[in-house]
Amino acid sequence: MSASSLVQQMKRGLDAPICLTWELTYACNLQCVHCLSSSGQRDPRELTTAQALTVLDELRDLQVFYINIGGGEPMVRRDFFEIVEYAVANGIGVKFSTNGAFIDEKNARRLAALDYLDIQISLDGADAATNDPVRGEGSYATAIRAMDNLAAAGFGPFKISVVVTRHNVSQLDRFKALADSYGAQLRITRLRPAGRGADTWHQLHPTNEQQVEVYNWLLAHGENVLTGDSFFHLNALGESLPGLNMCGAGRVVCLIDPLGDVYACPFVLHDEFKAGSVLDQGGFTSVWRESDLFLSLREPESAGACASCGSYDACQGGCMAAKFFTGLPLDGPDPECVTGHGAELLAQRQSAGLAITPKPSQNHTKPVTLTRKTIDA
Amino acid sequence: MSALTLDSACTLHPQVALRPEPFGALAYHYGNRRLIFLKHPDVVAVVKALGEHPSVGETFRACGIDETRQPTFLAALEQLTKSEILSVR
Repeated sequence: MSASSLVQQMKRGLDAPICLTWELTYACNLQCVHCLSSSGQRDPRELTTAQALTVLDELRDLQVFYINIGGGEPMVRRDFFEIVEYAVANGIGVKFSTNGAFIDEKNARRLAALDYLDIQISLDGADAATNDPVRGEGSYATAIRAMDNLAAAGFGPFKISVVVTRHNVSQLDRFKALADSYGAQLRITRLRPAGRGADTWHQLHPTNEQQVEVYNWLLAHGENVLTGDSFFHLNALGESLPGLNMCGAGRVVCLIDPLGDVYACPFVLHDEFKAGSVLDQGGFTSVWRESDLFLSLREPESAGACASCGSYDACQGGCMAAKFFTGLPLDGPDPECVTGHGAELLAQRQSAGLAITPKPSQNHTKPVTLTRKTIDA
Repeated sequence: MSALTLDSACTLHPQVALRPEPFGALAYHYGNRRLIFLKHPDVVAVVKALGEHPSVGETFRACGIDETRQPTFLAALEQLTKSEILSVR
C-alpha cells in the first residue's frame, strides 16, 4: 500500500484514535494568554477519579497506545498520580504537559520511577523576559527549576514544549541548545487562535516571513525536533516536513475535556465540534465510532476556495480550528496560508464588518483581581 | 547491523504491541515510543509469525509469501529491525 493510500484510509478514520488528548482539569496556577482551554478555575463538574479510571479501562480495551494529558495544570488534581499510574499499569503510555510548578524534588523522583511516561515542560521564551509576559510572572524560573529537578532525579530525556510566537521565532536555536544541555528533546508547536488564544492570536502569531524561518529551521533540524505534525500548512513552501500531512481531528485524534466531553481536537473547544461525552451510554467508544460529528469529519473534504490553488495538495487547506476561530470558512484558506490568501481574506472580511469570530463555549479564566497584574501580549 | 537475509531469525520485540487496522496494523514500541504503520495484512501476518519459525525464509514459506514478493518483504522487515519493532535472535 502506498503512503498516499494510507493517508486516505486514515482520513476515513480508524476504529480507535491513535492517541488522544485528555485535559484532566481546568484548574491552573497560571493564566497563559494563549491558553487553548481558557483554563484557570476548576469546574465542579470535572470527572471523578472513578469516572476517569473507567475511561482508562475503555481506552485500554480500544488499544489506545498512549494519551496526552494536559489541562489546566494536570498535577493540580489530587488524584493525578493515581490516574497516571493506573494508565501506565494498563499499557497506556502517558505524555503529559505541565508548567512544572509541582515538580519538586520528591515528585520528580516519583515521576522518574514510572515507565511509559513522558513529560513536556511548557516554555514559550528562551529567557524570562520573553516567556513571562505570555505565561506569567516567574513561570520561566519555575519551568527551569522543574527541569533541574527532573535531571537530578534521573528522569531521562524529557521534552521542552514551545508554542511558536512572533516573539520567540528568533530563539529556536537557543531553545534547542537549552534542550540539548539537559539531554532533553525540543518540541515546537503552532500557536492556535483557540481559548484565550483567540484574543491574543492577532498580536502573537508569527509573521509570514517568520513562518518561512520556522519552515527552514524545521527542514534543517526536523529529525530531532518534535512538532506534533502541527506545521503542515507550511508544506506549501516546498518540500514536505516530516509527518502525515493531514488534519487528524475526529479521524485519528480527539480531545476529552475535564468534564468528559469529547471534541474533535484539542484546538476546538466549542459546541460545534463537540461529539458527545464519555458519560453517555456507550461511553467514549460510541462517541468515537458513531457520533454524527466524527462521521462527518471522516467524509472526503472539499478544497472549496482553495481548489484553484496549486498548493492545496501540500497544505491541505491548513488547520480547521485556526479558520474557525478567526471567522474564516472551513473550506477556504488557513489564516496563516503562506501564499497570503488567508491574510487577504481576513482583511477583506474585517473591512466588510464580517469578521465575526466564535467565542469558546466554555471559559474557566479566573476573575481579574486587583492584585493580579494585567498582561499585555 | 548487517543486512537481514532469509536465514536470519527475528522476533517481535517484547515491548511492542500490535493493533489490527483495516490497512494492516499499528505497531507501538513502548520502549522507544515509536509508532509504525504496518501497511499490509500480509506484513502483519509475517511479523506475528516470525517468532514461531527458525528463520525469515521459513516464515515466508509458512505465510505463503512467494519468491517474487520476498525482496520487498525482506526490506520491510529490515526497516522494522532498525526501528526495533523486531529484534534479531
